[in-house]
Amino acid sequence: MDISTYRADFPILQQAIKDKPLIYLDNAATTQKPQVVIDALVHYYTHANANVHRGVHALSERATHAYENARTTVKNFINAAHTEEIVFVRGTTEAINLVAQSYGRSHLQAGDEILLTELEHHANIVPWQLVCEQTGAKLRVIPINEAGEINLDDVIALINKRTKLLAVGHISNAIGTINPVEDMIKIAHANQVPVLVDGAQAAPHMPIDVQALDCDFYTLSGHKVFGPTGIGALYAKAQWLEKLPPYQGGGDMISSVSFEKSSYNRPPFKFEAGTPNIAGAIGFATALDYLTKVGVANTQAYEQELLAYATQALSEIPGLRIIGTAEHKASIISFVLDKIHPHDIGTILDSKGIAIRAGHHCAMPLMQHFKVSATARASLAFYNTRQEIDCLIRALYEVKEVFG
Amino acid sequence: MSDLRELYQEVIIDHNRNPRNFHKMQDANKYAEGYNPLCGDQLNLFLKIAEDVIQEVSFEGSGCAISTASASLMTEALKGKTIQQAEALFNTVHGLLTKDEATDWDRLGKLVVLAGVKEFPARVKCATLAWHTLHSALTNQVIAASTE
Ligand SMILES: Cc1ncc(COP(=O)(O)O)c(C=O)c1O
Repeated sequence: MDISTYRADFPILQQAIKDKPLIYLDNAATTQKPQVVIDALVHYYTHANANVHRGVHALSERATHAYENARTTVKNFINAAHTEEIVFVRGTTEAINLVAQSYGRSHLQAGDEILLTELEHHANIVPWQLVCEQTGAKLRVIPINEAGEINLDDVIALINKRTKLLAVGHISNAIGTINPVEDMIKIAHANQVPVLVDGAQAAPHMPIDVQALDCDFYTLSGHKVFGPTGIGALYAKAQWLEKLPPYQGGGDMISSVSFEKSSYNRPPFKFEAGTPNIAGAIGFATALDYLTKVGVANTQAYEQELLAYATQALSEIPGLRIIGTAEHKASIISFVLDKIHPHDIGTILDSKGIAIRAGHHCAMPLMQHFKVSATARASLAFYNTRQEIDCLIRALYEVKEVFG
Repeated sequence: MSDLRELYQEVIIDHNRNPRNFHKMQDANKYAEGYNPLCGDQLNLFLKIAEDVIQEVSFEGSGCAISTASASLMTEALKGKTIQQAEALFNTVHGLLTKDEATDWDRLGKLVVLAGVKEFPARVKCATLAWHTLHSALTNQVIAASTE
């Protein structure tokens, strides 16, 4: 894979930070946008801007057409069976809140259990806690081992008659573990437990096939797959979207309204109250098309090479400990260095134009598991290079020097 | 790199490596907890005050070099100060770090090393954590001090 041609697609990567070429290693927080995505936003607002599903005029038709085409693109990207199974939302956070409220309030009772894992992002913890407070249901947590992996025996042991949903991240944003979601879904379904997969981190790193997974719900964040912020998608099997009550009320989600009673629109519109992020959806679809053209299988293989290279080089730094050493990992590497606080590492790297993340990565329970309050995290995308990893390694030696 | 040297001056590195007054205090009569939710930095501050004067001050917790050094330097600066003087110092340091004022750092003595933090907006809260905690200990707020 010749990276230099693809790097040229990302205008932001061409700039200097603090007089040094930008080295962007914070892709798990958000990814950069290729020119085609930026152009799609400009093009939409320049030529097609109108509200969707409501105008009779040419622009509204244009906007509606582009918005609904975007839905089809998302459907194809994750190989859903039907376009109606794609609900546009703000991102993974909103997608999980939607399921927690719509499914949770209609299906949970006191004493019921929601099963999560120790690896989850706060976005896959707090919405469930909220619905637990509302319904009296309880959270149960699947533990991880020292490498940061789930053991399927624990899943089997924790699932029981009270389990009403399993919610699991496909890939951990904090330490990169790729979870065995396919097997977890099989176990859950054998116990009649539906499964939500938080795919925020998976979409940029691996091919996704929701039919092969057979998950009930799958979530995406546009900004993590080279698309704009403020847009994402919830995939839900058609029978769930038929059955579940709406999440928010408003325009577009109804078919008729009177003060006595309103009747709801059909899915997915039932779950899209109000004017949606039309430009965002179009930009999101453009990003997915872009990634498909580059080839997810190609980027995955390249990222795995880069991950192996970086892991090896980092491990050779005295005093550096990688947090999260799962056998199956995406190109996300968390680490601690001597007793140096990750924020100090982050600041020193920043002065060299290197962007990493330092902190708890919205996964405080996971930090607790590893008995650290924070880690430094380098998260790699397919536009990163070995040269950039070399710069990171050199800079980390300088960090050690500063703290002597 | 020159900015960086301003931030990580010898004094900061030294106070991070060997924080002064870094221990629990059994007979403290003022106490507060500080927490920076953004980075998880956490700090407990102990004060022993008699006749309006800070007799003893110590802290414990975990944080980055900036927050640890700031706390350590603060404990050194506080000993022997009256409550009013300590509050005034809080106001000065907080103002200097968070407001865009040309200021006279010199009268702050050793605390002048904190000036370098100003060039790093993302790190200002690290430097102010200990001071917020001091403020809350002196004003006897029950809730944990937070930089938010
Ligand atoms: C694993 C995971 N889940 C959920 C989220 C939340 O996604 P968003 O902030 O796009 O809603 C993130 C992103 O931070 C994530 O990495």
